[in-house]
Amino acid sequence: MSRTARLALFAGSGLVLAALLVWGLTGLPAFGDFQGEYGWILNDVAGSERHVTNVVSAIVFDYRGFDTLGEEFILFAAVMAVALLLREARDERERPRDEVRSEAVRAVGLSLVGPTVVLGLFVIAHGYLTPGGGFQGGIPTAAGLLLIYAAGRYRAYRAASPQWLLDAAEGVGVAAIVAVGIAALLAGGLFLENVVDLGTKGTLASSGTIAILNTATGLAVTAAVVLLCHEFIEEVMYPE
Amino acid sequence: MIPLQLVAITLVGLGGLAVVTTRDPLRQVLVLGLYGLALAVLFVVFQAPDVAISELVVSSVAAPFIFLAALAKLRGRRRE
Repeated sequence: MSRTARLALFAGSGLVLAALLVWGLTGLPAFGDFQGEYGWILNDVAGSERHVTNVVSAIVFDYRGFDTLGEEFILFAAVMAVALLLREARDERERPRDEVRSEAVRAVGLSLVGPTVVLGLFVIAHGYLTPGGGFQGGIPTAAGLLLIYAAGRYRAYRAASPQWLLDAAEGVGVAAIVAVGIAALLAGGLFLENVVDLGTKGTLASSGTIAILNTATGLAVTAAVVLLCHEFIEEVMYPE
Repeated sequence: MIPLQLVAITLVGLGGLAVVTTRDPLRQVLVLGLYGLALAVLFVVFQAPDVAISELVVSSVAAPFIFLAALAKLRGRRRE
């Protein structure tokens, strides 16, 4: 196809696409006009029904808990696939030495490790009280661990996140969610039904199984992100 | 829509444009990090602080980490 013909084809289809987009835009609801009835209902009832002050967590770990189980397994499968493809028997070779980096990178990187991990753990622990949760808190926690490597301390990073611990944390985190579901069945409820005592709203001891599932998710996400980045780090640290 | 939200949306639009117009992969990773920062600001001004935390860490730590590792690996191979 000649250049002119291709341009003509693009101009034609581009105009049609632009017209369709404009037509679609004019049909959108006004800014800030939320039409999800289900969302309004949950906003009203979640606080009294599940003793949470963060409705998002109640939806993720309770009302839609089964969906979260699926998401958890998607993450698990993705990390396992990366590990299967990239992981080799590297342990017999000599551990690489830390590369010399600038003192500024080391100082800033290492001073950020503590605050980042604490922020992550805080966001996980208060998942059902304030904005955040296992997913949102797991990522900063993992990033804090990775910062040790970024600050040029490969050995310290390996000591802080040994392979066996990461593997175990990932497995335990995902398995705990299934275990909570089965425990609810054994207690006479439905799968993943919130059968535990709901406690006092607004305190750390509240929300029943949401708290357990939230913590398990935090563990699984932290381990997943570290495992994922770990495989990439190893690829760089052990050149073929 | 308050002015702050308009500013955030504009920044995200410009950031997205900057990411696709940057051709050098190494620079693109850094621009992508800045774009993520703009997205995090957008989430904060639209009252989704939890999403903002995740976005901030994913786009400024985790994603650049993986991209930079891949780039370092590719450069090492090219040199051989």
